[in-house]
Amino acid sequence: MDNEQPLNSGQTESSKFGPYRQGVLVKPYERLNLDHVKWLHDASMSILNEPGIWCYNHRAANLFKAHGAEVHEEQEASGSFFWRVKLPEGLVMDAVSKAPSRFILGARKPENRLMLDAEVPRVYFGTGSEANVWIDVNMKEFVSVDDSQLKVKVPRFREIRGNTTLLCRAARLCEQLEHLDFFIRPLNIQDPDITSDNHDANKFFASLNNTTKHVQAGLTCLEGLKNVIKMAEIIAGGREDLGKNPLISFIACVFKSPLQIVDETAGKVFAIVESGLPLVISSSPQGGSSAPIQEAGMVAQINAEILAGITLVQLIKERAPVIYGSVPVRARLDNLFDLYGCPEFNQYNIDCVQMARFYKIPCYSSAGVGDAKVPGMQAAFEKLFTHLYMAMSGAQYIHYAFGLLDRTNSFCPVQAVLDNEQIGKIKHCLREPKVDPLITADMINMVKKVMASSHRLFARHARKAMHAGDISSPYRFESRELEDKALENALSYMTQLENESAPHLDQGIVDQIFNEIPGLLPGLRQVVE
Amino acid sequence: MDQYMLEKIALNVIQGRLEADDEGFDEGLEGKPAVTELVKEAIRDGVDPKSIVLEALTGSMEVVGEKFERGEYLIPDMLASAECVGAAMDLLSPHLLKAGVETKGKFVISTVQGDLHDIGKNIVSIMLKGAGYEVIDLGADVPTEQIVLAVKEHQAPFLGLSALLTTTMRVMRDVIDKLKEEGIRDNVKVLIGGAPTSKEFADQIGADAHCKDAFEATDILKAMAH
Repeated sequence: MDNEQPLNSGQTESSKFGPYRQGVLVKPYERLNLDHVKWLHDASMSILNEPGIWCYNHRAANLFKAHGAEVHEEQEASGSFFWRVKLPEGLVMDAVSKAPSRFILGARKPENRLMLDAEVPRVYFGTGSEANVWIDVNMKEFVSVDDSQLKVKVPRFREIRGNTTLLCRAARLCEQLEHLDFFIRPLNIQDPDITSDNHDANKFFASLNNTTKHVQAGLTCLEGLKNVIKMAEIIAGGREDLGKNPLISFIACVFKSPLQIVDETAGKVFAIVESGLPLVISSSPQGGSSAPIQEAGMVAQINAEILAGITLVQLIKERAPVIYGSVPVRARLDNLFDLYGCPEFNQYNIDCVQMARFYKIPCYSSAGVGDAKVPGMQAAFEKLFTHLYMAMSGAQYIHYAFGLLDRTNSFCPVQAVLDNEQIGKIKHCLREPKVDPLITADMINMVKKVMASSHRLFARHARKAMHAGDISSPYRFESRELEDKALENALSYMTQLENESAPHLDQGIVDQIFNEIPGLLPGLRQVVE
Repeated sequence: MDQYMLEKIALNVIQGRLEADDEGFDEGLEGKPAVTELVKEAIRDGVDPKSIVLEALTGSMEVVGEKFERGEYLIPDMLASAECVGAAMDLLSPHLLKAGVETKGKFVISTVQGDLHDIGKNIVSIMLKGAGYEVIDLGADVPTEQIVLAVKEHQAPFLGLSALLTTTMRVMRDVIDKLKEEGIRDNVKVLIGGAPTSKEFADQIGADAHCKDAFEATDILKAMAH
């Protein structure tokens, strides 16, 4: 199912690959110079050689050994066994060079496909996490005790445990958010009838039946994979069509930082890679606890972990589509929780984007997470701080970007609507400059024309750019009065979006999926009807 | 034939196309004759200038206003259409005069002395011209005496004063005092506008109306006419 295809000379990308979302093509802001990148690379190679990695999966250890890694069985103080794997640089770099730099992530609608190209800083934003809690927001009106004419509307928040109905609602809303490019289930489904055996099929069905954008998720249990692939094949129109249009992909956090390959996840990596579907090798060490807090130490370690994961993928199957998944975070030093909306988060993450670019592998990165527990000024600050900076980095695939609150613990739909507006503005801000000799000649003519007119006013000449979509609109949720109505206005807009019809799968496809795939909750079918 | 020409002019006003190289709102119009070329052609072909005003210009501006209300058009679209009407009126004025047709009235407009900001004033000027007023635009940073002299000379029933600065808005009072001094205050309605001004300020200095934008200026003038 390898969909990586080199371009022939003279062929345009769109003619070769068909349609895909444009995202935003940025001029990357780079924090590291080439020396910094090489020093970090050398440090990662050094770590992979000594101390090496602690591999808890026998099959992976054997595979590494068969390709020239130094592998020794060792015993922990607790008595359990593992394989200490020392990876030589030649092995790692040979594997990395085989990873495709460019491939398509498919989607139900062809125009929603994504083009990932490590050498092109085309930025896409999507959801992420698997939050347990859905935050419902309602505006309540309060009357002053001193003056019954004085009324204010205040948001009230309610926490609801995630379930399949809410995941469907999230996917359906995300379908309508124009700046959201891909969908990673933002909510954990915790219905009473959901078990580890049917978790994967239900979460993928809830997503795929409510959005036509690319769908990605982690795999809850290895046994769920075959049902998920079968479901995707039914939707895509068969195995071969799924290979050409991989409308689903997976995330595997194969490393438990620091430097330990998890047995169960490694098993999933084998199965996913063998299926041919794209995979994110993701690592999320926490600076200050499971990785050094210092930038150089954090990046050297996470880079070592991701490269070891990518090496494993390429040893399983050469040219398998794999994404460099970097989610480095910093510890709060008052409670050791993750701290996202902080300068170090941006520093770690942009460094990783540059490392991925150095290896010519598309980068999965993060933005839009913070400590704020409800929508408001803190959330806006933390999100803008990371949304803008990470978009400037040129990371191809930025997850966590919509609706997350309380780090990655809650998903709030109206926050996703607010984030959509913010990301839209960022995408607009980072568009390529429209400057060339033809355009400047037009501008000179315009200046001459206006200077010859009675009022010397350029407003009329703004029309062409305005109608071409080159001019941004004011903040969608602004208030005209002396009050902040962003949340209230965003809620009204969300209601409007939620009234749009859902892009459900055809009834025949739904019937086939329910006939062939066990464990789907009947309620999901009722939602379809 | 006349009807066809009038419809073409109206269409181009709605499209905001002043000259042939303007792109308009819809695709595919660039290069085709626009309001300036069409009005010239209509005059040459002997189309009644009064019918051009009534059937092509007035009605089309109403359509533009409706599009603006619906959010389909933004300010640049409105201004483009208003500029078209203004340009058409310039071409038609001598012919209308001959035919005995009057404008809605003379409107002297100016940014007061000490203030160089004229964007808002220019927008009002374009819009009023588009609405059928004969606008005498004195420009920016205009001495008080010159403004009063212009009102006197043109016997203008309307005067618009604009200021963007809190330091220059006070000059508006000087203009009104000067109009009184010259004995012509009762002959002219004074409308003021600009970011720091307000209804309260207009009342304080003895102006007749405060306009928050060009649309309100048009509405207030319409109300004054009744």
